[in-house]
Amino acid sequence: MSNHQHASLESEAGLGSYTAYTTGFILSLILTIGAYLAVTENLLSGNILVTAVIGLAILQLFVQMFFFLHLGRESKPRWNLVAFIFMVMVVFIVVIGSLWIMNNLDYHNHLTPSEQDSYMHTRNNEGF
Amino acid sequence: MTQAIPSTDVTKTEFGFWIYLMTDLILFATLFATYAVLKNNTFGGPGGHELFNMPFVLTETMLLLTSSYTSGLGILAAHRLDKRKVLLWFGITALLGLAFVSMELYEFHHLYVEGNSWRRSGFLSAFFTLVGTHGLHISIGLLWMTTLLVKVYRKGLSTATIRKLSLLSMFWHFLDVVWIFIFTIVYLIGVA
Amino acid sequence: MLGRLGLDAFKHGFVVMGGVATMLAAILVVVGALFYFKRWKWLWNNWLTSLDPKKIGIMYILVATIMLLRGGADALMLRTQQAVSVGSNNGFLSADHFQQIFSAHGTLMIFFVAMGFIFGLLNLIVPLQIGSRDVAFPFLNSLSFWLYAAGVALVSLSLAVGEFSAAGWLAYPPLSGIAYSPGVGVDYWIWSLQIAGLGSLLSGVNFLVTIIKMRAPGMTLMKMPIFVWTALGSMVLVIFAFPILTATLTMLSLDRTLGMHFFTSDFGGNPMMYINLIWAWGHPEVYILILPAFGVFSEVVATFSRKRLFGYKSMVYAIAAITFLSFTVWLHHFFTMGAGADVNAFFGIMTAVIAVPTGVKVFNWLFTMYRGRIRITNSIRWFLGFVVTFTLGGVMGVLMSVPAIDFQAHNSLFLVAHFHTMIIGGVLFGYFAAFNYWFPKFAGFKLNERLGRYSFWCWLVGFLLAFTPLYILGIMGATRRLNHYDASLGWQWLFIVAAVGVVVIGLGVAFQLLQIGYSIFKRHENRVGSDPWDGRTLEWATPTPIPVYNFAIIPTVTERDAFWESKRSPVAPAKVRYEDIWMPKNSGAGIIIAGFAFVLGFAIIWHIWWLAVIGLIGAITTGIIRTNNEDSEYLIPAAEVERIETEARAKRELYA
Repeated sequence: MSNHQHASLESEAGLGSYTAYTTGFILSLILTIGAYLAVTENLLSGNILVTAVIGLAILQLFVQMFFFLHLGRESKPRWNLVAFIFMVMVVFIVVIGSLWIMNNLDYHNHLTPSEQDSYMHTRNNEGF
Repeated sequence: MTQAIPSTDVTKTEFGFWIYLMTDLILFATLFATYAVLKNNTFGGPGGHELFNMPFVLTETMLLLTSSYTSGLGILAAHRLDKRKVLLWFGITALLGLAFVSMELYEFHHLYVEGNSWRRSGFLSAFFTLVGTHGLHISIGLLWMTTLLVKVYRKGLSTATIRKLSLLSMFWHFLDVVWIFIFTIVYLIGVA
Repeated sequence: MLGRLGLDAFKHGFVVMGGVATMLAAILVVVGALFYFKRWKWLWNNWLTSLDPKKIGIMYILVATIMLLRGGADALMLRTQQAVSVGSNNGFLSADHFQQIFSAHGTLMIFFVAMGFIFGLLNLIVPLQIGSRDVAFPFLNSLSFWLYAAGVALVSLSLAVGEFSAAGWLAYPPLSGIAYSPGVGVDYWIWSLQIAGLGSLLSGVNFLVTIIKMRAPGMTLMKMPIFVWTALGSMVLVIFAFPILTATLTMLSLDRTLGMHFFTSDFGGNPMMYINLIWAWGHPEVYILILPAFGVFSEVVATFSRKRLFGYKSMVYAIAAITFLSFTVWLHHFFTMGAGADVNAFFGIMTAVIAVPTGVKVFNWLFTMYRGRIRITNSIRWFLGFVVTFTLGGVMGVLMSVPAIDFQAHNSLFLVAHFHTMIIGGVLFGYFAAFNYWFPKFAGFKLNERLGRYSFWCWLVGFLLAFTPLYILGIMGATRRLNHYDASLGWQWLFIVAAVGVVVIGLGVAFQLLQIGYSIFKRHENRVGSDPWDGRTLEWATPTPIPVYNFAIIPTVTERDAFWESKRSPVAPAKVRYEDIWMPKNSGAGIIIAGFAFVLGFAIIWHIWWLAVIGLIGAITTGIIRTNNEDSEYLIPAAEVERIETEARAKRELYA
C-alpha cells in the first residue's frame, strides 16, 4: 500500500469545485420538481408513475453521489466506490428479496385456517 | 502538541467514516423495506393519501437539498482556508437544517394530536420510525455542526478541524440522499 | 422513581439462586484478589485502559471463555432435564425456567462466546500478520471491547435482577412482543445485544479499514495470509449485516416500549417480517463466525504440513464467493413459514450452491497436507476433528436445503444437531486450534501437549455422543426445546446418551482449563522462542514477548508467506536505523462510555427514564470529550526502541 505524501488539503473531499456542486444542485432541483409534478399533476399514472418516480430518485442518487460526494473521482484504488457498490448490492438483495418474500407469503397465506382446512380436504379428495 | 501524522491518516479516517455511512444506509434500507411491507397496513385508519401534505413536503425537500448545496460551498471555503465563508455557508446550512427539523416536528405533532400516532397502525409505526430516524440523524448532524462551528469561530481552521468538517459534510450529503428516497417512496408513492 | 424495578426482581427459585451465588462468589474472589495484591492501579493502567490490540484481544478471550463456561452450564442443565423429564417425572426445571435457559444458552454462545473469540483473535493476529503496529482506530477498538463487556454485564445481571428472555435466542414475535412477554426478559435480551452489536459494528469498520489501508509495503491483497482474507470477508459481513440486526431489534423494542405495531399480531403488524429480517442478518452472522475459523485452519495446516497452502487463489475466490452468497440464502431458515414453491426453490438452490466454495476449501486443506511433512500437534488434531465433524454436519445442511426435506426437519432435533455440528465442529474447533497454535507467541511458552490431547479426544468423543442421538431423535420426530415428553415414544435412552456426551465434553473443558493452569505452572520448563513452530507468516517474525509497537521496522513484503521466504533466503542485515515510534496513549474513555451504555440499557429495561437520560448524556459527552482530545499519542524514542530490540534479540538467541 503506497504511503505517498499527501497534503491534507488535497484529501479526497477536496475533489469538489463550485461548478460541480452547482451543477449537482440544479440537476437535483430539476429531478425533484419533475418527480413532484408527475405525481401531483397526474402526468402519469399507475405502475408507470411508480417506476418513473423511482427512476428519477435513482438518477438523483447518482447525481448527488457524483457531484456532492465525488464518488468515482478518487484516485485508484477506488475503495469508496467498491464499498458503495457492495452496499447497493446488499440493499438490493435485502429490500427486493424481502418484498418478494413478504408478498409471496401474503399471497399464499390469504386463507383463514378453516378455509385452508377445507381447501386441503378438497385437494385431498381429488386424489392430489 | 502535534506530532507527525502519517500521511495515510487522513484517508484512513475518511475511508472509515465512509464505511460507517454505508452501514447507516443498510440500517435505513431495513427501515425502508419494513415500511414498504407495512405501508398498506392501516388497520382501517388513514393512509398516505389522507395524511400527507405535498406542498409542505416539497418545501422540506427544498430546504434540505439547498442545505446540502450550501454545505458543499462551505467545504470549498474550508479548503481555501476562508474562515468567514466557512462560518457563513455552514451557518446557512444549519439554519436550513433547523427549519427542516422544525417542519418535521410540526408534521409529527399534527399527526399525533389528530390521533394518528405511531400506535395507530403498522403503517404509522413504520412511517414515524423511518422518517423519525432520518430526523434524528439530522438533529445529531445539527448538534455536530454547532460544536464544530463554535470551534472554527474560536480556534480557526486547522488540519484537524478541516478534516472534521469534511466528515460532517459527507454525513450531511448522505442525509439528503436518504431523504430523496423518503420523499419518493413515502410521500410521492404514498399519494400516487 | 425506579420504574418497574422492585423487590420482586430479586426473588428467584432455588436453581437460579445457585447461579447467582456462583457468579457473586467468582466476582468476590477476583475483587478480593485485586484488593489483597493491591493490583487495582496495575489493572487500570495496564489492561482496562490499554489501546494495545494484543491486550484487548486477551481480554476478549478471557471474557468469552467465562461465557463459554456459563453457556456450557446451561447446556448441562438442559440435557439433564431432557434425560430425566419423561412420563410422570417433570425434571427439576419449570417450563418457564427451561425456556429462559435455552434462550440464554443460544444468546450467550453466539453473541458473547463466538463473537468474543473472533474479535479476540482478530485483535491478536491481524495487525501482526499484515506487518502493522496497530489497528486503524485504536480508541474505537477499546470502545468496541468495552461495549461487548457491557453487553456481557447486562446479560449476566439478568440472572440476579429480574429474569431473562424465554423467547429463544432470536426472540420471535408475537411471543417476544409486549403482549406475550410483558416482563423484562426480552428487554434484557434486546439491550445487551444492541450494545454489544454496536461494538461489533465498530470493530467491523475498524478491521476492514486496517486490512485495506495498513498492510506493510509490498503486501498486496494477493500476498496476504489467508487468515487475513477470511478476516476481511468476515468483517465485510459484519458491516453489511449488523445494521439489519440493529434496525430489527430497534423496531421490536419500539413495539414493546412505545406501543408500536411492527410485529404485533394486530393493528396491522406483521410478525413474519421480523423473522425475515432477523434471518437476513442471522445467516450472514453464521458466516461471520465460521470464516475466521477457516482462516485459522489455512494457517495451521500449512505450517504443520511444512508446505505452502494449496490453491491460494481458489481459496480467495472461495472466501469472496462465501461472503457474497451468504446474503442470498436466508430464507432457508423459514422454508415452512408459508412461502410458495418458487421462493422456496430459489433459496434452496442458493443454499446448495454456497456449500460448493466450502468444499473447495476443505479439498485445498487436504491437498496441502498431501505429500507434506506433517507434524501432529494438537492444532492439527483439532483440524482433523473439524474435517470429520464439519463435513458430515455440512452435508446434513445440504440435505435440509431441499425444502421438501426441510418440512420434516425444521425445528426438529435434526436441525439442532446440524447447527451444533457446524458451530462446535467448525467454529469452536477452529478457535481451539488457534489457541494452541498462537498461545506460545504471546506467552513465551507452549501449552502442555498431553493435556491438550486428552481435551481434544474428550471434546470429539463427547461431541459425537452428545449429538449423534440428536440426529436420530430428529428423524424420529422429536422437536427442539422440549422440556418434557411421553415415555411411550422410546426416546429417553437417546437423551441419556446425549447427556453423557455433554458430561464428556465437560471433561474436555476441564482438561483445557487444567492444560492452561498446568502449563502456566510449568512455564519455565516449556519456554520457547519467537518462532516455535517454524511459522510462515509475519507474526512469527516479532520477538516474544512482542513489543508494544510490534515491528521496530515495518517489514517490506515481496512474497506470500512473507516470513517463511525471509527465513529461506535471509538478507544480511544492514546496519539498522531505528526511528521514533508514536503509539496511542491509554484511555479510560472506552470503559466509561460503555459504563454509561450499561446504565442506559439497564434504565430502559426497567423504565427508569431519568436514569436513561443520564446514561445517554454521559455516553455522548464522554465521546465528545474524547474526540476533542488532541493529545492522544506518546513517543517511544529511537534509542528506547533500540534497547528493546537488542534485549529481545539476546533473549531469542537464548531460546532459539
